[in-house]
Amino acid sequence: MASAKEMKSLVFGPVFANNPIALQVLGICSALAVTTKLEKALVMGLALTLVTAFSSMFISMIRNHIPSSVRIIVQMTIIASLVIVTDQILKAYAYSVAKELSVFVGLIITNCIVMGRAEAYAMKSPPLMSFLDGIGNGLGYTVLLVIVAVVRELLGSGSLMGVEILPLVSAGGWYVPNGLLLMPPSAFFIIGLLIWALRTWRPEQQEKH
Amino acid sequence: MSNNNESIGKTFFVVIGLCLICAIFVAASAVGLRPKQAENKLLDAQKNILIATGMLNGEDIKAQFEKHVQVRLVNLDTGDFVDQDPLTYDYRKMMKDPAGSVMLDEKDDPAKIKSRANIAPVYLAYVDGVESKNISFVVLPIHGYGLWSTMHGFLALDKDGNTIKGLNYYEHGETPGLGGEIQNPKWVAQFVGKKLLDDAGQPAIKILKPGNANPASASEVDGLSGATLTSNGVQSTFAFWSGAKGFAPFLTKVRQGALNNG
Repeated sequence: MASAKEMKSLVFGPVFANNPIALQVLGICSALAVTTKLEKALVMGLALTLVTAFSSMFISMIRNHIPSSVRIIVQMTIIASLVIVTDQILKAYAYSVAKELSVFVGLIITNCIVMGRAEAYAMKSPPLMSFLDGIGNGLGYTVLLVIVAVVRELLGSGSLMGVEILPLVSAGGWYVPNGLLLMPPSAFFIIGLLIWALRTWRPEQQEKH
Repeated sequence: MSNNNESIGKTFFVVIGLCLICAIFVAASAVGLRPKQAENKLLDAQKNILIATGMLNGEDIKAQFEKHVQVRLVNLDTGDFVDQDPLTYDYRKMMKDPAGSVMLDEKDDPAKIKSRANIAPVYLAYVDGVESKNISFVVLPIHGYGLWSTMHGFLALDKDGNTIKGLNYYEHGETPGLGGEIQNPKWVAQFVGKKLLDDAGQPAIKILKPGNANPASASEVDGLSGATLTSNGVQSTFAFWSGAKGFAPFLTKVRQGALNNG
């Protein structure tokens, strides 16, 4: 059994030290799409965390029985099933958010983070560790998504979680919202700035030529 | 991994076994959660109808809807009520079903919806409750193509069948922050009090470039800045649904007093 310290580094390591979006640059597509509102980003982050954790766990449980010739298909089947179940649960219990996330929940299937962790970690590690690794990477994804969403929703719509923070000009306030932040390209700029900030703070993440 | 894993028999066994387990899992969740999802969908529609009439008051939506709203079906060609159970009628499905809809020619189809159901639901709202038999508003479902997507909304009219009481777009895929502002309560508030039709009974609502609408006018509305094509889509949605292929026959009957008889 692994030590508590190792478990801790599995869960919190991917948040800043080895962030799946900022360092590995995986899962960018959904990060562009679901970060216009904080609530959407949170639900998406939660859904991805659960899918990554459970898919890693199930794959790890049967890792010694997966023929390597079909391992990607086996991983996809497990991930896809979990994503469909997640989508159904969201539609049943968080209908309004599910409606806004629409197709992006389904697209978790193709999210590189989920596949990446299954292939890189779960195929060679025991179930509990794989589960924690999934939680950690999902957490890293969620943290980045939340930071991007806070910037985009606050400056793009003047609100957070749908609650007005900066009164908009159109509603008689003083804040002129920045429309660019509601368009997908703005997420690229914000993620780029975050990667810059992170690599300045932690120079060991810089790529050496 | 042992070599045994790579045999054809084992590969088939693992793949088929896994597929079966996953299929059971997925099927169980889909079937088990379906009633809850259907309920959510209905509740969402009811909520949006109440929002369109401005009657949503934070009470239990289902109870409020049942108390204040009556659903009726209307034949769009004749404008007459149809005696058919509205609960079993699937409007969204019928829009595309050749047996229950008509294909629209390009010139008749400004809203680019391609086909239109023959029978549409209308929602009669009673501020004092359904038993009062005193209809306050008529809510019409409308939809039309914007820039990226079909925009679905509810349009509430006063019982004169002409004065707009409220508009609520509840489903669309327009750009958030630009075309998506059709959902902004401040934008749709402009429509309140405008007249859907002019004196000759023709579609009157005009969506102009932002800032050009005269607030005193009976039919002019400011468009959304940065969302010209979405605004055009709203304009053509109004043109279609208030026109002869839309709800005009029904609204004519409403003006003649069809709602007073019952």
